[in-house]
Amino acid sequence: MVKQQIITIRREEDIIDCRQLARGRARKMGFKLSDQTRIVTAVSELVRNICLYAGQGTMTVKECNRKGKKGLHLIFEDLGPGLDVKQAMRPGYSSGKGLGLGLSGSQRLMDSFKITSAKGKGTIVEVIKWLPAKNWQP
Amino acid sequence: MNEHRGFSIVKIGNVLLAAVEGEISDREAEELQNSILNKIGRYQVHGILVDLSAVDLVDSFLARSFSETARMAAALSATVIICGLQPAVAITIVELGLELENVLTALNVDMGMEMLERLPAYGQKDLAHG
Repeated sequence: MVKQQIITIRREEDIIDCRQLARGRARKMGFKLSDQTRIVTAVSELVRNICLYAGQGTMTVKECNRKGKKGLHLIFEDLGPGLDVKQAMRPGYSSGKGLGLGLSGSQRLMDSFKITSAKGKGTIVEVIKWLPAKNWQP
Repeated sequence: MNEHRGFSIVKIGNVLLAAVEGEISDREAEELQNSILNKIGRYQVHGILVDLSAVDLVDSFLARSFSETARMAAALSATVIICGLQPAVAITIVELGLELENVLTALNVDMGMEMLERLPAYGQKDLAHG
């Protein structure tokens, strides 16, 4: 299994690199096109959030296994100002720079979504997309 | 991996055809918007077809950019039609909660061209929306 890959996010151009890394990995794991598109769209939203609000951060890409299922696990970390999770998860909530769909939309596109944030310390968003059993390509 | 990025705009008759290919950055999306608006003025066109058949991702930034472009074009009395969205992209747009507000869509460029031809007067929004 390929080990985890980490990309540093510093500027808006890095969004494309993150999308391409995630798509490459998803394709290699055997995700079908519609799931690849869901994954890269969530990546695009979450990396843009880092660019807009924290300025910089990282995206970690790895595979995970749970109860015989295989998944793509993505972690987005930043040391930015943090946010009020309850408020930020509300669809349509925006602090002004975005459409307010980044977090709630990404949650809908992925199977598992976890966010932890501390004011002044940063934010960690973890998402997982599970590979449907019939897509297994051993 | 798709290495080619960017867009091209050509004028065909009295229509602008803007083709977007592969990955497009936020900055390129802004350039595309400016470029379309400038060319509407320069070439005096009333219809713009934006071909997205080679685009494999439309996120909230890009969707907002297209819907803004359509509204701005309408202010210039021109109609924008988004053509050729891939099914996977259409699924994602809806699941993400996005709406392509004020944007007309066509299955492909040919059908977009037919839609433009059928508009009694290009760019009149109430006509454009049937």
